[in-house]
Amino acid sequence: MVKINGEERDAAGQTITEYLEAANYNPKVIVVEQNGEIVSKEQYNDIKIQDGDVIEVVSFMGGG
Amino acid sequence: MNEDKLKIGGHEFNSRFILGSGKYSMKLIEAAIKYAGAEIITLAVRRANTKENENILDYIPKGITLLPNTSGARNADEAVRIARLAKALGCGDFVKIEIMRDSKYLLPDNYETIKATEILANEGFIVMPYMYPDLNVARDLVNAGAATIMPLASPIGSNKGLATKDFIQILIDEIDLPIIVDAGIGRPSQACEAMEMGAAAIMSNTALATAGNLPAMAEAFKNAIEAGRKAYLAGLGRVLTRGASASDPLTGFLRD
Repeated sequence: MVKINGEERDAAGQTITEYLEAANYNPKVIVVEQNGEIVSKEQYNDIKIQDGDVIEVVSFMGGG
Repeated sequence: MNEDKLKIGGHEFNSRFILGSGKYSMKLIEAAIKYAGAEIITLAVRRANTKENENILDYIPKGITLLPNTSGARNADEAVRIARLAKALGCGDFVKIEIMRDSKYLLPDNYETIKATEILANEGFIVMPYMYPDLNVARDLVNAGAATIMPLASPIGSNKGLATKDFIQILIDEIDLPIIVDAGIGRPSQACEAMEMGAAAIMSNTALATAGNLPAMAEAFKNAIEAGRKAYLAGLGRVLTRGASASDPLTGFLRD
């Protein structure tokens, strides 16, 4: 299993691009962090999500 | 007066009103920016929503400087992580450091804030640390590479005004960086007072978000901040410690 934004997901084996599409994220407005490292957008097609990964998908929200 | 610019990290701004974007509808952001005359708006970084949800950047006009904050960070490491994520989101180099261990009063952790400021300034960020107004800490933040100092007026979201007034004045008098009063300013009159004291700018979110009419309050703040700035530049009239001083001629009275 993979932990994505705090929830267990069965996403191991997918590339980041595949996961973002399946989960319906807009890749233009998010950044992905894999095990504490920021993944550059150019690598989304190449990097595969591994079993045990901790992934964060973040974007801007309103704040003060 | 036209040359009176707010300078932060090599960038110049005409507006001295930094706007928050939290706690109100994204649909009001454009009007808030317009009526506030703001050139800088703060944002938070959070776990992303999927496509069905709106993207806040679609509501912010081009040319507005984005100032991501590190809210949610409980220590320097978490703040650094959030700042790097914000930069990767493509917002530029500005970051407002916000580090809180205390969830009741939301007071900033000055020690961790100094640590995060040093790390992020060394990475090339334009660092704007939110802090509890303490002169020694402000000096440490200067040495750590801060671009401004952002002391709180009173607890975040409280609208209680200038509870720390005397200590903010010390920072204004002693620190050679823009002092931007952030948090707790609830009324335009309080924003004006801080500007009269010599604050370089005001950051406000809750005062607008909880107002009856947000765009109208944004404009009221804009006018108050401009008035306070002009008063500061003009030099306030002196205050007598006792007695009075006639404003009228002391001769030619209509009496014997």
